[in-house]
Amino acid sequence: MMANTTCYHCGDECGNGTVHYDEKDFCCNGCKTVYEIFTSNGLSAYYEIEAKAGTTPNEITKKYDFLDNQEIVGQLVEFNEEGVQVVNLGIPTIHCSSCIWVLENLNRLHKSITASQVDFPKKTIRVTYRTADFSLKTLVLLLGSIGYEPYISLEEYNKKSHRVDRSLIYKLGVAGFAFGNVMLLSFPEYFEVEEFWLDQYKPVFRWLMFAFSLPVVFYAGQDYFTAAYKGLRTKLLNIDVPIALGILALFIRSTVDIIFDLGSGFFDSLTGLVFFLLLGKFFQQKTYAYLSFERDYKSYFPMAVTRLMQDGKEENVQVYKVDVGDRILIRSHEIIPVDCVLIKGAAQIDYSFVTGESDAVHKQSGDKLFAGGRQMAGILEVEVLKSVSQSYLTQLWGNSVFSKDRASQFQTLTDSIGKRFTAAVLTIALLATVFWLVYRPGMALNVFTSVLIIACPCAIALAAPFTLGNMLRIFGKHKFYLKNASVIERLAKIDMAIFDKTGTLTTNKKDTILYEGVELTQEETALLKTTLRASNHPLSRSLYDILKSNAIMTLDEFQEHTGKGLEGRAKEHSIKVGSAIYVGKEPSIHVADTSVYVRADEDIKGRFVFKNTYREGIDRVFETLGQHLELGILSGDNDGERHQLQELLPQKTQMLFNQKPEDKLEYIKGLQEGHNVLMVGDGLNDAGALAQSNVGIAISENINVFSPACDGILDASRMSLLPKFIHLSQKSIRVIKMSFLLSLCYNVVGVYFAVTGQLQPVIAAILMPLSSISIVVFTTVATNFLGNGLKNPKS
Amino acid sequence: MSVIYVLLAISILVAVVFFAAFVLSVRKGQYDDTYTPSVRMLFEDEVVGEANGTDQIKGKNQTENSTNQ
Repeated sequence: MMANTTCYHCGDECGNGTVHYDEKDFCCNGCKTVYEIFTSNGLSAYYEIEAKAGTTPNEITKKYDFLDNQEIVGQLVEFNEEGVQVVNLGIPTIHCSSCIWVLENLNRLHKSITASQVDFPKKTIRVTYRTADFSLKTLVLLLGSIGYEPYISLEEYNKKSHRVDRSLIYKLGVAGFAFGNVMLLSFPEYFEVEEFWLDQYKPVFRWLMFAFSLPVVFYAGQDYFTAAYKGLRTKLLNIDVPIALGILALFIRSTVDIIFDLGSGFFDSLTGLVFFLLLGKFFQQKTYAYLSFERDYKSYFPMAVTRLMQDGKEENVQVYKVDVGDRILIRSHEIIPVDCVLIKGAAQIDYSFVTGESDAVHKQSGDKLFAGGRQMAGILEVEVLKSVSQSYLTQLWGNSVFSKDRASQFQTLTDSIGKRFTAAVLTIALLATVFWLVYRPGMALNVFTSVLIIACPCAIALAAPFTLGNMLRIFGKHKFYLKNASVIERLAKIDMAIFDKTGTLTTNKKDTILYEGVELTQEETALLKTTLRASNHPLSRSLYDILKSNAIMTLDEFQEHTGKGLEGRAKEHSIKVGSAIYVGKEPSIHVADTSVYVRADEDIKGRFVFKNTYREGIDRVFETLGQHLELGILSGDNDGERHQLQELLPQKTQMLFNQKPEDKLEYIKGLQEGHNVLMVGDGLNDAGALAQSNVGIAISENINVFSPACDGILDASRMSLLPKFIHLSQKSIRVIKMSFLLSLCYNVVGVYFAVTGQLQPVIAAILMPLSSISIVVFTTVATNFLGNGLKNPKS
Repeated sequence: MSVIYVLLAISILVAVVFFAAFVLSVRKGQYDDTYTPSVRMLFEDEVVGEANGTDQIKGKNQTENSTNQ
């Protein structure tokens, strides 16, 4: 029964510590407690909606003490009046319908909570509560106790509750509304009914259509005019120029037509055109609301720290208010928000955010600590050297790459085609007009506007949004989340790929351990294992797990020297494990590897070398990518893994080690002079390089955990699909080009009618939607067909 | 034949009413989150079921505690 039990609450494998309660198995006491809370408050339906959906709660007691500070609370809540507060909290662990259900029934857990509403795509919850006997802190602790700990970081501070931009939906609604009504009103004209009464009321119908088209041109279509104007001002003929020209020509020509009773005008085509264009825009706008692609250090940093007052009292203050010279406390697993000097405590700092190097660094009192490091165990007292914005890590964000908008610099395929297209259309229109001026001057203006109308590149403008938008969705289904559709276009142009090592190519766990030296006897192994048992150092833990020995000895003596090593003594034998210097060995020149030395009594026996584990299939990824792209490694780590990497990677791969965040950024910048560079990284230390590169992709083991600012987030389990994704991006571009050809065919037919002066409104009304719809169908079918390739890993 | 004015007015009025309903629903934020309501609407029954004490698995536990609340 012990073999395969999974936790009733979270579904994790129950190890040795199975907790039995209420005829159910739980993996830990935390899960059991949540179960108790739910069942005793009438929330047990949680387990029926989705089985084993829970999350193990973390220990968070002291972490949220800063929420006692009313000033900070005031910044976080959206509404705060008459004893009622409304707060919007992000909860990364929201993942299923059970989560929605339990979070929307929070009022059963505390009667002061009056309402709670989950926004699932954004993974946020909006809670209304009475502050009489409740507070934000109690709410956060309550959520934490049931496994839904909200994520509150420095980013949330001062965040203006930015209004949701719904203008596109409004515009789409306006255009659709007008399109439908105008179509209805044009019906009599389509059939050329010669009926007396309809003829009588023709002007009414026409002026109604005119009225409907006004909001379409001046409200729904206004983006195209501004975009075209902006393009022209920077001397760029983008695709919006012919579109704006088309809309304008349609509107003016139609208005003139009905004023002078020349015909019914093209209001149906006009409204339809704008409607379809907006539809394309809407489709392309697929966003992953719960992922943020704009994160910087702020989302990693705590919101407040504990400051020690002169009189020894503790006080919670906002991070920005920390001044040089203040004494602050850093608790276990907290991130150091400022550069500081260690005063008291044993510091084990994990700088993996900053450097990518995952081994904790030991620091002594008087040493300088840099912002961005995470304290691994115990409480530290430090004195602040620099304020938050002046710190070493945060200064990286002062670099101009973070304020540049790359999307606006990139000329899309549509724009580059649009340029030639506009030139061609204007030439044809002018030539045709000149011809008619000579032949029959009365027709000239008619032909000129007809060409502009029919050549309006509606279908061309739709090809890219629908292809890329659909591809974006297909990628998303395979856990590759892109910031926007233009990333696909940029990805297709990549000719060089640079990878970070730690956390990107390797998993976050170091669990490959090799032993070098004289073999240990059984007795020594048992003693070593017993000694390691008492230590909580991560290296001790992983070493303990792999040592094969069941004998547990009683230690007569045990000592742990933080940052150096361990010593254990049983009967006559003693054993020392730790750094080279600690065991009395000359440190070798190559201190590259992470290794732990063992000394039994007086002999140095050997060392355990900890190797990074590379992600599965990484060699195949490199093999496939190497056929088309130049590859490189850019690591913040030491070069201890160079040999292993050389075996794994194609021969010509460049490798750079010991790169600081700025070095990475500069290196990418240098490469960009001749290449389109793809950067694949994972940590904050790659943030500069990710921002500088043409496409920056962050690899993430858990997409709910935050990734640095990037263009796309790739789930680590799909790393092996990366070559496929790049290949598919290139295929998408081909689909767009094919759609351009298709829409060109329609244009040729249309232009024939226009140039010969026989463009009837009904022809335009048929041709325009037809071309648009066939483009939409073609691109959707084509991309779905391509996307199917992702499911068959054989090819 | 001026009935056509009446007909047109009615047809446009109906269209405008629906358009206004659409604008109102966007303004109220119904288009901001199009996923959660689809899940939420399925919960209603379960909540009612519990109140009636028909919850099979933990029925006894809940009725006990709901009185405490």
